[in-house]
Amino acid sequence: MDGHAGDIGPGFALARDVPDFALLDPALPLDRLRLLAGACVRTDPLRCVQCGLCNYNCPLGLDVRGHARQGRSILEPRCLACGECVRRCPREALGFGARSARQEAP
Amino acid sequence: MTRRHVIIGSGIAGLTAAETLRERDPGASVTLVGAEAHPFYSRPGLAYLLAGALPERQLELRTKEELRALALDRLVDEVTALEPEAHRVRLRRRGVLAYDRLLLATGSAAVAPDFPGATLDGVVQLDGLDDARDLLRRARRARTAVVVGGGATAVELAEGLAARGLTVHYLLRGARYWASVLEPAESQLVEEGLAGQGTELHRHERVVGVEDDRGRVRAVHTSSGAVLPCELVAVAIGVRPRVELARAAGLSVERGIAVDAGLRTSAPDVFAAGDVAELRDPESGAGRCDVLWSSAVAQGRAAACAMLGEAEALDLRPRQNVMRLGGVTTTVVGAVGAGDGAAEDPDLVAIARGDSERWRDRPRGQAFHDRGARFRIRAHVGERTVVGAVVMGDARAARALAHLVRAGTDVSALGAGLRADPEHAVAALVALGEADEQKGASRAARA
Ligand SMILES: Cc1cc2nc3c(=O)[nH]c(=O)nc-3n(C[C@H](O)[C@H](O)[C@H](O)COP(=O)(O)OP(=O)(O)OC[C@H]3O[C@@H](n4cnc5c(N)ncnc54)[C@H](O)[C@@H]3O)c2cc1C
Ligand code: SF4
Ligand code: SF4
Repeated sequence: MDGHAGDIGPGFALARDVPDFALLDPALPLDRLRLLAGACVRTDPLRCVQCGLCNYNCPLGLDVRGHARQGRSILEPRCLACGECVRRCPREALGFGARSARQEAP
Repeated sequence: MTRRHVIIGSGIAGLTAAETLRERDPGASVTLVGAEAHPFYSRPGLAYLLAGALPERQLELRTKEELRALALDRLVDEVTALEPEAHRVRLRRRGVLAYDRLLLATGSAAVAPDFPGATLDGVVQLDGLDDARDLLRRARRARTAVVVGGGATAVELAEGLAARGLTVHYLLRGARYWASVLEPAESQLVEEGLAGQGTELHRHERVVGVEDDRGRVRAVHTSSGAVLPCELVAVAIGVRPRVELARAAGLSVERGIAVDAGLRTSAPDVFAAGDVAELRDPESGAGRCDVLWSSAVAQGRAAACAMLGEAEALDLRPRQNVMRLGGVTTTVVGAVGAGDGAAEDPDLVAIARGDSERWRDRPRGQAFHDRGARFRIRAHVGERTVVGAVVMGDARAARALAHLVRAGTDVSALGAGLRADPEHAVAALVALGEADEQKGASRAARA
């Protein structure tokens, strides 16, 4: 329903006991390491309109849109945490958030 | 015997219904008839195709493998008549098609303008991929465009054409942008964003005529007597549900096709979903239309379940949409009222794309604001819950407040504090929203 929002909930909270991912800058190497350690790209299916800008801008060609459709996080180990998809999404449907079991189930 | 499911419309409501039918009944016969010959694509993504931010193939919603697995009988054809008694539809090219269950997912179409010269070559609208291709072709040759209308699509047209290097004049009939949803300060942020991108705004102006150059647009004449030379006039004055089939077949039609919470129309075995459906509000009984991607997904899914005889309740939680307006990401959720009381927007003759009539519900309670140079936040707080919010330019607040509205979280503990310190009310609500969402996340993680 509504992109399965029922079991995922709209949006993703940024964890408080881990670094504030929203404020980290993936362009800085140290920040990127911190991101990769505790965070991943999380998705909000309710905000997504499947426009494809994330896929187009992912340097690895990962299917970010497919993840966003189902509200799954990008747990793909190849993800660079470069933040390109997050930056380009016109709907703020993507963001770095704590890796949590909640989004990991497909 | 296998039931024959027929879906009319290849938009997101039709596609989601087809996928749901296949998922729940792998042996079902599913035929999807759509007038557009393209692979399934993202309609909201057309704005970014226009702006040149992505190539056309990126709009495709499913891979070839996914479509093969779906095993749809897909017909590119137009349905010209519905015969509910005989349980069949008529196709323009292929004769008749019988059904056991039928889904009408025919979407909505842009309302055509009626100013003199509206049919000239160069007056354009943005409904589908063919329109976007046509617009792109024209934009390559044009230097100046005039945009009229309101809502998200008008702004997307203005932004897209400006990104293509055209000089863009955006005509507003009233004093400000989208007065039926936004408050003045919110409109202002969009208008500043548009101006910053080079779009020239003209307030209190309407088109009184389009000058004809051997069948082509040459200039727009406005109500103040100005003449704006241009090659393109892009119009987005609202959309209307495509109800012709249903109306001609005698189904109950208001603005959209009237459906109950199970997406059933007044004809047996005929269902409707997406932009074309008009749902009855369980509380007020009033009919409500959404022209929203997320509603079309939810309704397509629920309709398919109903077609299979499975009861799966439609998600009726507050509606949410996120739009990019003048470069500002704007989230609207729940009941936010009608701007500053103006229920009508002079720039729109019908509902805009990306709009929900449920937003117009008058929010009971008190409004709290937070404003900065690049952001505007408005939260409507009722007795116990946040009933609606408009958040521009602040992703964090947008997520937190949307969570509070949709989850119906009890915020009454903040009550007196909010009123005593309205300056910090929004910040307090955002903090509560984030904490509540996280609590939900860890509860689910433990479960
Ligand atoms: C430029 C643009 C931007 C948008 N932005 C947003 C946004 O930001 N957020 C948001 O929530 N929504 C947005 N929308 C709206 C959103 O795309 C729609 O709400 C959604 O696509 C509706 O899906 P649908 O399946 O109901 O109808 P549609 O996608 O309109 O599909 C209906 C299909 O039925 C076909 N059809 C109609 N009649 C017949 C017939 N008689 N025979 C055969 N086929 C027929 C049509 O050709 C069409 O392919 C936007 C739309 C546009 C165009
Ligand atoms: S860019 Fe954002 S809205 Fe577009 S498909 Fe990706 S997640 Fe969805
Ligand atoms: S963070 Fe970078 S690599 Fe990872 S999915 Fe997004 S764009 Fe691709």
